[in-house]
Amino acid sequence: MEIKSTAVAGTLESSDIQIMISKGSSDIQIDLESDVKKEFGKQINQVISSTLQKMGITAAKVKAVDKGALDCVIKARTIAAAQRATKTTDKPAWEVL
Amino acid sequence: MSDETPERLRRTMMFVPGNNPAMVKDAGIYGADSIMFDLEDAVSMTEKDAARDLVYEALQTQDYGDAELVVRVNGIDTPYYANDVKAMVKAGIDVIRLPKVESAQMIKDLVKDVAAAEKEFGIKEGSTHVMAAIESAKGVLNSPEIAAASDRMIGIALSAEDYTTDMKTHRYPDGAELEFARNMVLHSARAAGIAAFDTVFTNMDDTEGFYRETKHIHQLGFDGKSLVNPRQIAMVNKVYEPTQKEVENAKNVINAIQEAKMKVSGVISMNGQMVDRPVVLRAQRVMMLAKASNLVDEEENYIEK
Repeated sequence: MEIKSTAVAGTLESSDIQIMISKGSSDIQIDLESDVKKEFGKQINQVISSTLQKMGITAAKVKAVDKGALDCVIKARTIAAAQRATKTTDKPAWEVL
Repeated sequence: MSDETPERLRRTMMFVPGNNPAMVKDAGIYGADSIMFDLEDAVSMTEKDAARDLVYEALQTQDYGDAELVVRVNGIDTPYYANDVKAMVKAGIDVIRLPKVESAQMIKDLVKDVAAAEKEFGIKEGSTHVMAAIESAKGVLNSPEIAAASDRMIGIALSAEDYTTDMKTHRYPDGAELEFARNMVLHSARAAGIAAFDTVFTNMDDTEGFYRETKHIHQLGFDGKSLVNPRQIAMVNKVYEPTQKEVENAKNVINAIQEAKMKVSGVISMNGQMVDRPVVLRAQRVMMLAKASNLVDEEENYIEK
């Protein structure tokens, strides 16, 4: 699926993660900001990239600002941002949810 | 011990804003009988999609214990309704709460959409229940039909903010403006054999007013109340907690039933008086409340404090 425009989902409140997705050239590049990057950075990146892959997104730039989000929150915000970026919000990605 | 399906306690239904990860994640720790994730009024127009995704994913992974899980979807006349219903059925939610219900037809339409979604996503047919929020004069007057509109209905709730606006009044401390609506909703629920939920009380600073209102709706016969703050859970449970005398009396009734069963006697008597069905049902409900309030031990004896 193609990224049509830059889109954001999530907030900077505690337990949330803000995900911004924009057009990328070849693969999925994630720039993660998190207080627990050392401990959980790999895991957070993994949730974001596997969710995007399941949605058929192979090229994208992702800026993520984590405020202590659980995996289910990371996944939900990634889906919301990706659907907004691909302009598919009206048709939920049932296969990924 | 009852031959019938034990009724579910629904003293507290806690509202949780659907787009707030911290509150969605922690919703299970407060001991609410029902947790209601809100996709409607607590979520702004621009975040409807994100809230739906968040509640969906939380339902897949978070442990909410024995709480009944409810989602308030957006109204039938909104562009979010169809996807809300599909997503929540797919997520395996226990109950879908429809806002602003004014006719039995609205519940029938919801049930049709729920059944279609169960089929589409391979969810067990009939496993998703529904409930109605009554928020207008029309809804109140049609509540008997609404409550009986489907065998998927588990409850009916009064929502006083919209209702009082519709009635050209507002909420007063004594609640006189809600008496008719409360009694209509309650009678409709009882006639249909489903639960009745009272409206929220939003002034967190008025503890006395909250107790007064909760005692009042408890006396009327409501199953419980919708809540906006977890602090209110313990307060409602306190009002619904049976007294020592009530518990001991209920225990005696239950003992009398068991004795009668052992003697294969058709008539149950206690202290020389006949125990009839309403007395038995009331005793069973008192015991259920006593257990939920941790007032009795495993053998259903009152724990002296």
